[in-house]
Order: sequence, then structure tokens, then C-alpha cells
Amino acid sequence: MSALADVIAAACLLAGAALCLTAGLGLVRFPDVLSRMHAGTKPQVLGVLLVMVGAAIRLDGWANAWMLLLVAAFQLLTAPVSAHLISRVAYRRRHVRRDLLLVDEFGGAGHQDLRHRGDEPGDAPPGSPRPSAGQSS
Amino acid sequence: MSVEPAATRLRYQGPLIAWLVLVWVLLWGTFSWANLLSGLVVALVLLALLPLPHVVGGARVRPLPLLVFLGHFLSDLVVSGAEVAWQTLRPGGVRSTAIVQVQLRVDSDLLLTMVAEATSLVPGSLVLDLDREQRVITLHLLPARDLADVERKKAHVLVVEGRLARAFGSADDIAAVERDEQVRAP
Repeated sequence: MSALADVIAAACLLAGAALCLTAGLGLVRFPDVLSRMHAGTKPQVLGVLLVMVGAAIRLDGWANAWMLLLVAAFQLLTAPVSAHLISRVAYRRRHVRRDLLLVDEFGGAGHQDLRHRGDEPGDAPPGSPRPSAGQSS
Repeated sequence: MSVEPAATRLRYQGPLIAWLVLVWVLLWGTFSWANLLSGLVVALVLLALLPLPHVVGGARVRPLPLLVFLGHFLSDLVVSGAEVAWQTLRPGGVRSTAIVQVQLRVDSDLLLTMVAEATSLVPGSLVLDLDREQRVITLHLLPARDLADVERKKAHVLVVEGRLARAFGSADDIAAVERDEQVRAP
């Protein structure tokens, strides 16, 4: 019985660790800030949850399990908030790869400010040279 | 701070106090009367020093729709976690994304917050903006394969919203959701 519990706990811990690894990979491989925030929320949250489940099975005693439950709950509550704030700032600073966007329903008149232009290749206005690095802020 | 009747304050702050005490007891790990009382003192001091605005349109919880929501939420979490993990691993990398806006139906701060949290975690989307007055949520979709895929993800946000409204919403919210679903149904 305890061998079975060990196997389940090990599987949860390994799967959670692998998911956290893919979150890290996503931070490196994804093309822009918005996509990177996806990697920072979904696989990472799921990975943390799985690690918590594995640890709760392996650690005896309810005191630890309650603590892990709190960690999981706050992870679920806070990860979307931080991801939202970072991606909102990134969108306003135009750190968006517009050439990858299939649809953009948010780019209304109020959001097209030329002054706060980002430095991604997709942000360059058509027919104009790329701004030099010194001007980007 | 304006002076309010004690009953109103208790009604709005009660759930918050209960939540703070629960966190306190969980942090200690064991239940004892000493923990409960000290947690109560800490919660009251916190609320006196850092008063929070009232959550208007307080939540009622319906157990069965709540279970429906939680079940779908967990399965969605696993699916979207696996999907984004695959996007990080696959050789071609991310090819296309999308930014879309969805018109929501519910009209309560609490429900809109829950919808934003849930959609951030589940169906391949990330909240960019939430217009409180127009009730329009702006999302970034990560694997956006084609236009049909984008439409399907937009529809899924509305489904999540419907589940949340049925689990926590007022009768008005549920009615608004159902009216809209009847309009959409062919």
C-alpha cells in the first residue's frame, strides 16, 4: 500500500517538475512577452499543483498538507494577476509581435499611440526605417 | 472612514474575517482554540489597519453547479497545461497568436474577477484588459491555429462564464446568461 503511494507521489513530483521545466523552456523559446506569460501561468501552475499533490502524499501528517493546500490556492489566485499586469504593460509598451497575430480586436484608435512604440520587429510602421536603439524608450 | 451600522459591516466583512482566520489556522497546521482566537485577533487588527472595500453583490454558492465548474476547471487546467507545454517543446515554435475581445454577460465585480482568473488559467488565453463598464474582456490566445480555432476559444470563455454564473451568480446574472445563450443557439 505504501509502495503504491510512493509510486503515485513520485509520478506526481516528476510530472510537476517536467511541467515546470517546460515553463522555463517556454520563457526562452516563445517569441514575445505575451506568449511567455502563457508559459508562466499554465504549465507552471499545473506543475506546482502536481508537486504539491506529490508532496502531500509523501509527507505524513495533516499539518503539512494544509500548508501545501494554501500554497496551491495562492498559486492559483496570484499567477493570473501577475501575468495580467505584466502582459498589460507589455501590450502598452508595444512589446508585441504583431506579425504573429492572427486577429487583433484590441488595436482600436485609442491604443495606437506612436510615441510609446515598442522595439519588436512587428512594431515598425510600414515604410519607415527601424528606430535606432537609442530612441526606443 | 464613515460610520456604518455594525450589522452591515459584519455582513460584508464577515466572510473576509472567516477567510483570514482560516488561512491563519491552516498556516499553523493544527486546529486549537488558541489558534482560532489568535487568528481572530489578527484578522480584526488587519481589517482595522488595512480596511478593504466591500465586495458588492456578495456571493451565494450553489453546490451542484460549483462541482460542475470545479470538475471542468480541473480538466481544462490539465488540458491547457499540456497544450502550452507542447507548444514550448514542438520543433516549429509558436506560429501564430491572437488578441480578441469577448462581450461578457454578468454584471458583478466578484463574478468578473472570477471569470478573468479562470480564463487566465484555462483555455489557452491570458487576460489583457477588462472593461468594467462595457463588460468586455480582452484576451491573448496562444495557440491560435486558424479563425475557427479563435472562434471556438471565444465561445469557450462564454461557457466558463456561464458555469461560474450558475455556481456563484445572482438570479439576474443567470437570467442574463440564459437570455444570451438562447439568442446564440440556432
